[in-house]
Amino acid sequence: MGVEQKLGNLGIVTTTLETTVNWARTNAMWPMLFGLACCAIEMMSAQAADYDMSRFGMELMRPSPRQSDLMIVAGRVSRKMAPVLRRLYDQMPEPKWVIAMGDCASCGGVFNNYAVVQGVDEVVPVDVYVAGCPPRPEALIHGVVTLFEKVKGEKFKDLVKA
Amino acid sequence: MSEYQLQEIPVGPYRHLVSERAVSGETMLLNMGPQHPSTHGVLRLLLELDGEVVVNCIPDIGFLHTGVEKNMEAKTYQKAEVMTDRLDYMNNMGNNLAYVMAVEKLVDLDVPPRAQALRVILTELQRIASHLVWLGTSGLDLAAMSMFLYCFREREIILDIFELVSGQRMMVTYFRPGGVWRDVPVEFEAAVRNFIKIFPKRIDEYEALLTKNPLWLDRMVGIGKLDAATALQHGVTGPMLRASGVNWDLRKTRPYAGYEQYDFNVPVETKGDTYARYIVRVQELRESLKIVEQALNKLPLGPVHSDNRKFVPPPRSEIGTSMEALIHHFKLWTEGFPAPKASVYSAIESPRGELGVYLEGDGGPKPYRVHWRTPSFDNLSVISKIVKGHLVADLIAILASTDIVLGDIDR
Amino acid sequence: MDNRLEKIVKVLQEKAGAAYEEFRGEVHVFIAPGQIVDALTFLRDEHQFSLLSAMTAVDYWPKQDPRFHVIYQLTSLTQNLSLQLRVPVSGGLLKLPTATQVFQSANWREREIFDMFGIEFEGHPDPRRILMPDDWEGHPLRKDYPLGYEEPQFTFNFEEIDLRKPYAKE
Repeated sequence: MGVEQKLGNLGIVTTTLETTVNWARTNAMWPMLFGLACCAIEMMSAQAADYDMSRFGMELMRPSPRQSDLMIVAGRVSRKMAPVLRRLYDQMPEPKWVIAMGDCASCGGVFNNYAVVQGVDEVVPVDVYVAGCPPRPEALIHGVVTLFEKVKGEKFKDLVKA
Repeated sequence: MSEYQLQEIPVGPYRHLVSERAVSGETMLLNMGPQHPSTHGVLRLLLELDGEVVVNCIPDIGFLHTGVEKNMEAKTYQKAEVMTDRLDYMNNMGNNLAYVMAVEKLVDLDVPPRAQALRVILTELQRIASHLVWLGTSGLDLAAMSMFLYCFREREIILDIFELVSGQRMMVTYFRPGGVWRDVPVEFEAAVRNFIKIFPKRIDEYEALLTKNPLWLDRMVGIGKLDAATALQHGVTGPMLRASGVNWDLRKTRPYAGYEQYDFNVPVETKGDTYARYIVRVQELRESLKIVEQALNKLPLGPVHSDNRKFVPPPRSEIGTSMEALIHHFKLWTEGFPAPKASVYSAIESPRGELGVYLEGDGGPKPYRVHWRTPSFDNLSVISKIVKGHLVADLIAILASTDIVLGDIDR
Repeated sequence: MDNRLEKIVKVLQEKAGAAYEEFRGEVHVFIAPGQIVDALTFLRDEHQFSLLSAMTAVDYWPKQDPRFHVIYQLTSLTQNLSLQLRVPVSGGLLKLPTATQVFQSANWREREIFDMFGIEFEGHPDPRRILMPDDWEGHPLRKDYPLGYEEPQFTFNFEEIDLRKPYAKE
């Protein structure tokens, strides 16, 4: 199916603004280059040649939180790191999403002890949890695609803060 | 956003670490990390800068402190092993090896030759994988982005081999006290042979891209010089020590896991700068491949774990027929095995240096104390010495050349 | 025991009256807290133990009276020897002289031991916590410090834990 069939002779397509905005958001989502531990290496693998996350409009990892709209918490979050993580999250501009990558970020994983935050959802609100220790790059990509599905369903009225 | 305005770093807590000029405000204190693309993880460096020249560098670690040592005390000897993978996450096989060697030394357990050879093959492959990540990320730091893509392409081949033998790409837990988890599948040999065949050409490719590249040389030669005496004073080991002219490799000097059977060289450089460290590591890639090939050629047949049933679970087939085997299996996985009330220190040569395990038993099935002597911890501690007087951009090159892994430092 | 190591241990026994034990070929020499710096200097200068491989502590609470053992694992590169020094430190007086002037690598290691066990090192150039946050209370690797285990969420207790879990707000 070519685009002409959709556009018709007039070259016009009608859609809702919500759909367009959400489409734009999903297709250029810039994740923050935020590696913590083992999962960061798998996140790098996901960026590298074999898995190539740029197919999903995500080749641009931004080191600065102020230029990114997705935080992939890749690894265990220690009690010392938690305030830093929250601060980085607060610095990100709206709208912003969080993926908790791996078991440690999701629920503490094998580290059930004094030093590790038992799930990063105690520090920042999480949209998608990716299981695995560490998750394979495919699993991360699946998590990202799941997030896209979520973003596509977002309504403007939900984004307005009370 | 207003609560997160620019904050000035107070000199107070760091008064004894910075120069007089920082107090008067002549030099600037700048925070680098814990979120920074070039710190290779969550490392914070507090820099005292005079313009762009580093006057003092104060590393602040612990942002990845995971409590591994304490957590291992709460688990039995077998179950504690899963913690070891996640310490130095570039050297999972090596961590397993260091730990199981310490356990084997503590309980005096024998390891059959086939398991030893498999351990050598897999740890050397892991060393290659670790050096590849180092090469790729260093390249990325110094603006050679294609290195990252090339190195990760080859690393995937190694990870596929790991997945073949253990079922996991990174957290393998493949070595067990008394041997390895199970024998390698039949495809293993072909997979490793394939890697041995293609990898030398790939190293040539990396070297063609980097070794004589003027940009690479400009960023590296003469940067971050470390002399042998300072290195030893700071406990630096591994490629960093060998780049400073000290020929010390535990695989040669205190052979373990049958390394004495293999013929390989230990690359040593004398300059001690960032470039020397690069050369040492690239040569180590070739040497490791040599070891893998030799070990694969004379991979002996036979059992892959000890038949001491007090420490090693019986094979599946025996459980159905032998009551004793069933009891052993049940006891091992519910209670664990007891270790004597004594302590051992056992060390291996990890890609970063001497990875030592201090293991103490108290007669029960759980370790009383486990301490990890991790190479990155000491290798990082020397950085405040060697960056003095260099530019901030050189600090990136130096930090890349130390090959630190934050999981290894903070434990 | 290796001949060369035997000689060194004999000298240490004469100088410091040190006891020793041997296990699986490793030699552990017990040194009194006051003599550790001298012993380290002696080993470094006279016997080329130029590398302080590892330094850590063990807590024997509540079983033994010198509650802690501080461990110095030394390596001689030229002679290819290893020697472990153990310093018992009693629970009341948690102080040891620092070894930073003998081995620079003791600097971070002593900070770590202070952080994890609360043993202070007198004369240390930078006595701060190293791994835990500065305002952390307690010393995690002590045996009387709890592991900090939190109950994992399963299907049967999911809701009960979910209710009290401190979820973050936007």
